[in-house]
Amino acid sequence: MTALLNVKNIDKSFGRLNANKNISFDVASGEIVAILGENGAGKTTLMNIIFGHYVADSGLINFNGNELKAGDTKAAIDAGIGMVHQHFTLAENLTVLENILVGTQPLYQPRLSERKAKEKLKYLAAEFGLELSPQQLVRNLSVGEKQRLEILKTLFGDCKLLILDEPTASLTPQEVKTLFISIRKMVASGLGVILISHKLNEILEISNRIIVLRSGEVVGKVKTKNADKTQLGEMIVGRKINRPIRKENSFKEARIQLFQLSTKSGNGLAALKNVDLEVRGGEIIGVAGVAGNGQKALAEVLTGHNKPNSGKIFVNGKNLFGKTPSDFMNSGVAYIPEDRNADGIIGDMSVWENIILTESKNLKFFNKKGILNIKNSHELANSVCQKNDVRCQSIEQSARLLSGGNIQKLLIGKWLERKPSVIVACQPSRGLDEGAISAVHKTLLSERKKSTAIILISEDLDELLLLADKIVVLFNGKLSQFIENSNLNPNKLGLMMAGDGF
Amino acid sequence: MRLEAREHTPLWLPWIAILSSGLITLIFAAILIMVAGASPVTGFYELYKGAFGSKNSIAETGATATPLIFTGLAAAIAFRARFWNIGAEGQLYIGALAATYFGTGLVVFSPLVMVPFLLLTGFLFGALALLPMVLLRQFLKVDEVVTTLLMNFVIILLVSYLLEGPWKDPYSLGWPQASPVIDQGVLPQIIPRTRLHLGFAIAITMAFLVWYIQSKTSFGFSSRAVGFNPSTAKHSGISVTKTMIGVAVLSGGIAGLAGVSEVAGLKGYLTLDLSPGFGYTGIAVAMLGNLHPIGVIFSAIFIAIIYVGAGAMSRAIEVPTYLADVIVASTILTVLVSLILIRYRIMLRGKF
Repeated sequence: MTALLNVKNIDKSFGRLNANKNISFDVASGEIVAILGENGAGKTTLMNIIFGHYVADSGLINFNGNELKAGDTKAAIDAGIGMVHQHFTLAENLTVLENILVGTQPLYQPRLSERKAKEKLKYLAAEFGLELSPQQLVRNLSVGEKQRLEILKTLFGDCKLLILDEPTASLTPQEVKTLFISIRKMVASGLGVILISHKLNEILEISNRIIVLRSGEVVGKVKTKNADKTQLGEMIVGRKINRPIRKENSFKEARIQLFQLSTKSGNGLAALKNVDLEVRGGEIIGVAGVAGNGQKALAEVLTGHNKPNSGKIFVNGKNLFGKTPSDFMNSGVAYIPEDRNADGIIGDMSVWENIILTESKNLKFFNKKGILNIKNSHELANSVCQKNDVRCQSIEQSARLLSGGNIQKLLIGKWLERKPSVIVACQPSRGLDEGAISAVHKTLLSERKKSTAIILISEDLDELLLLADKIVVLFNGKLSQFIENSNLNPNKLGLMMAGDGF
Repeated sequence: MRLEAREHTPLWLPWIAILSSGLITLIFAAILIMVAGASPVTGFYELYKGAFGSKNSIAETGATATPLIFTGLAAAIAFRARFWNIGAEGQLYIGALAATYFGTGLVVFSPLVMVPFLLLTGFLFGALALLPMVLLRQFLKVDEVVTTLLMNFVIILLVSYLLEGPWKDPYSLGWPQASPVIDQGVLPQIIPRTRLHLGFAIAITMAFLVWYIQSKTSFGFSSRAVGFNPSTAKHSGISVTKTMIGVAVLSGGIAGLAGVSEVAGLKGYLTLDLSPGFGYTGIAVAMLGNLHPIGVIFSAIFIAIIYVGAGAMSRAIEVPTYLADVIVASTILTVLVSLILIRYRIMLRGKF
């Protein structure tokens, strides 16, 4: 088998950071190569070099027998490399067909030659199981369908190598299955596929070979049939993974309750419809669901950021319907938002200022006249950083310079200082490395032990299975019945996430 | 080419950046003076003499800096919180109207009460003039750039109407000006027999007060947080609307003080040309001072030096007074560029 893609000795640094160190590998036609690694291991940098977004400091890329021109995306596309990014690059207000035709036809041509394109599209869709109606508007497509369209786009451009960046990140288990069927068909027809992921199970299921990257270096190349899951996991992280364990816990009285709660849609939020939810002290409720089914709306209702229009909401027995976020905070609710950089911290302020952000009405830090007490603030900041292993040069450092994991540890740590009785955590481990993930999980479990009620909203089923006592599924703004973690069936959960039973 | 954020800023860099921006401006101004047919050396000497040469010229520089400190503070406070108040010009006139309404004989107190009373009413009216705009923005999402800017023209037309009509001073020989502020309300001179008045000291005090509020109080803390990232502020339990209202009150109020200071300190009475665009120049002052209240003092004095000095220079060597505007504008540009270069480095294409 001759190599379709041959990557030789790629080096790439950003300032002092070595993103890629002497990376070599190849991909043949008709095989699926998985590239595994943590966030920041250099996977995306490597793909961006192959696709021509970045120029490598040194190294060579041969594709289909010719050297690939560095830093030229168009050359990469013309040569037959197709890339599906994790965040889609589609025009929402155009149809499926128009999205495919964008960029493929000369600008000076007055009319799109749609007929031929439609035929080709139909053929491709049937061949690879990527059914889509060409006239549908992209904004009406589901996430899975949008991804299908992205893949169709690359196939339409006669691509020979398809790069998929975290393709299963926001798909239901069923959608993942159909995606894998399509991928297998493409490979059978002679396409080479590079799959970037950090989900071990999926990689083991579909790939032929696995390449593991860690801090910019290739640390392992294995044939999938010889691969062992634990071993791979340790190879990715570079040490033994120490996962926390959820132990039996006694549940206390209800800390937060929603009765028949509904909200209006708007501001990019889906509507919630007659949601009932009760979380007791010492209990972790996991909310599963595909992104965009009302997760953010639910989190915001539970923290006072989204005003419900009907129903009841009680926190520790107190009716908080229509109250402000600061009333919720004062009743003991802590909120770990999904987008920590946008909603959690202020990058332009120092670490210590970020830590006292929630304390602007706390007399310990601002006296009765509103004058800042620097000594107490610095003390709190130092203790938060120490207790939660937040690594920063000093508490005067701008928060923007911290890594994602340290930002999350800071954020959770400072909320815990308020001794919350309810924690609403949205995707708390998204984008973190293994070390930070297990720190976050340990913290949540130790809060559970302290009888805090925790609502964990996550798209990561493994995380939910690890932490949650009970799981509910959120679909189209409605909540399902509770499912005990112990009798959970991933297949059934997947069906529910796709709307079964609602 | 693109910009990349610096992780570490070398200690020498800000100094080099500020010095070189000053140097570039000087060279630029020198070229313009030469184009106007004069010697740059003489030009700069005349400029220096005009701004510092005598007791009178120093006083004149201080008097010109006074309203600029007020309006510069008004802009800096608002911009820090990302509230784009372009209406300091209008709020200045509202403050001046308040000083005229209350200060021309409606009430009479002893000077010790009268002066603070006029300042307070000017502050309140300036604040009230900005309040509707912040409410419109917070509750109806009306863009404050548009409302504050357009309000300037409405207010100036109101002043024009009052000066041509009901408030016209019968002893003004037909000029559109209001009656003079009564003696008890006049801000005393700091240097006798010059135009430098108490307003200058009040302006400096305000700058330090604002600095204290911004760096040491929970309101200042909240307003910085809201300015940097309103979403995080909201998630931390800070009421964005209440904070923005506070910011607007402070910003509009201080712009109002500029009006009181000009009417009761410099001119003695309200005219339609009370402010030659101090409100707008205040934006430049704030930018040049990096939105820092103490920086505003320095940048206001700098711009006053350029204006007063360039005026003297143009009289002495017959170059156009517009040179002052050009120097101020090019200073702002070079300083802004140097501020960017302090935070970012330039990466050339191909390297990234």
